Amino acid sequence: MSKVGIIGVGQSKFVRAYPGSVRELVFEGFKEAMEDAKVTTKDIDATIVCSAPEYDKQRSPSGVFAEYLGLNPQPTFYVESLCSSSTTGLRLAYSLVKSGLHDMVMVLGFQKMSEISAAESQERMGRGTDIQWEAPFGTMMPAYYAMFAKGHMAQYGTTPEDLALVRIKASTYGILNDRAMNRKVLDMDAFKAPAPLAGILSTPLRVGDCCNNADGSSCVIVANEEKAKAFSKKPVWIKGLGSATAAVNMAGRETFYSLPAAAEAARQAYGMAGMKPGDINVAEVHDCFTIAEILAYEALGFAKPGEGPALIRAKETYKEGRIPVNVDGGLLSKGHPVGATGGSQVRTIVLQLRGEAGDIQVKDPAIGLVHNVGGVGLYANVTILGRE
Amino acid sequence: MAKKEMDNRFSKFGTVSFTAVTRVNDFIGYLEQGKLMGTKCKKCGLKFFPPRADCYKSLDSDMEWFEVSGTGKLLSFSTLTFAPTGFTQDLPYTIAVLDYGDYKVFGRVDSSIPDSELSVGMAMKAVVHPLPNDRMNYVFQKG
Repeated sequence: MSKVGIIGVGQSKFVRAYPGSVRELVFEGFKEAMEDAKVTTKDIDATIVCSAPEYDKQRSPSGVFAEYLGLNPQPTFYVESLCSSSTTGLRLAYSLVKSGLHDMVMVLGFQKMSEISAAESQERMGRGTDIQWEAPFGTMMPAYYAMFAKGHMAQYGTTPEDLALVRIKASTYGILNDRAMNRKVLDMDAFKAPAPLAGILSTPLRVGDCCNNADGSSCVIVANEEKAKAFSKKPVWIKGLGSATAAVNMAGRETFYSLPAAAEAARQAYGMAGMKPGDINVAEVHDCFTIAEILAYEALGFAKPGEGPALIRAKETYKEGRIPVNVDGGLLSKGHPVGATGGSQVRTIVLQLRGEAGDIQVKDPAIGLVHNVGGVGLYANVTILGRE
Repeated sequence: MAKKEMDNRFSKFGTVSFTAVTRVNDFIGYLEQGKLMGTKCKKCGLKFFPPRADCYKSLDSDMEWFEVSGTGKLLSFSTLTFAPTGFTQDLPYTIAVLDYGDYKVFGRVDSSIPDSELSVGMAMKAVVHPLPNDRMNYVFQKG
């Protein structure tokens, strides 16, 4: 069985308002990945562009980027699964390479969210859920995840302090990540009124429980085994891929204390890799909200159902802990440029597995995992990467 | 020849509706009669709330309406203090899901009930609620 490897990763800084156009924003992630992989545009056989289109003013951005990045006449196309778009792109890149159709495929993720107001962006994000039956009630992402926080609290006794611990951990690493938007160390006082992060957004979630919208781009270059070995001294191999969905309408969900699509995607990825949760040395999970990281611990099997809060209380997901999670600061510190986020998570794990993660380097990891969720657990992708 | 009028009753649903035309527009007709209705597949008996025009199981579109009645169990809820564009005048408001057993219902909690009086597991009932400007939705009250 031939392997599929990642030979180049890049991302822009994630910022509140990028002072340039989307093609210029995408160039930043692209440049870093191209220099990392030491390839030329002629080596790239196809490009998959990933974003959530509700923020784009440019229709069909793939063609614009192909021209701007010197990728004509190779094929390019667009894919979206909300916040998990760029790991959906990675899944497609894997299949294009694995099938033998292409030798090397680029996955470009981007989002420029700063051109619309926060309230407008919440309205558009809300329209990533059920617009016919739910949006007329005035829904938005923080309110949906708040329902899962409330559900987890009612089922397992999780507390607002447990949620704050997730943000405090994120801030510990955000300060070490020069690509992150939030680079201030926080403690429990940040969650005490009248501190700005303590303000309630949607009960029980506070401002500090939520990640920020951001502008950013990411780029991942995937190659077949022969090319990966030829171009890279340290290719990182795709060992397992899982992808699943759940009901878009909350009336279709069985519980409000877990995200079943993430658990199913994890089951598939572990199965394909022939691994179990205990084999993972470092993980990036989709902490769009603090509760989402706790749900991820449980979906991925790092903790049993209901025991996610115990994991963060014991600092087991810190860099020195049993299973380091989001040691790049996560979405909570980096910001969340929807279509670029999955690629940024992949970049962090690739750098970790190559031993090139600098201040946030976990001790000698061999296997890493990326958990990237779109919508309110509507889409979930779990990817397992390895050095061997 | 007179132009055939489009049945766009669904544009009256909720504070802001993002859908005007649907094959379950009679949902709005029932709301106007004070009834909250779902659909049931005549072939296989599967019940749908929110109502659907089509059954994915039977691959059939012959549906009948049933009324959402009795009480459901509050599965979760959240009270918003920040709203998306178009909903700011409604703040604060609470969204919630009730479990009726065969189906679940997503909606708003009656604005007279404060967040502090809600708890997961309590019994609530869905009732039709008229909104300003001839608009309609439904809200949950204590069961």
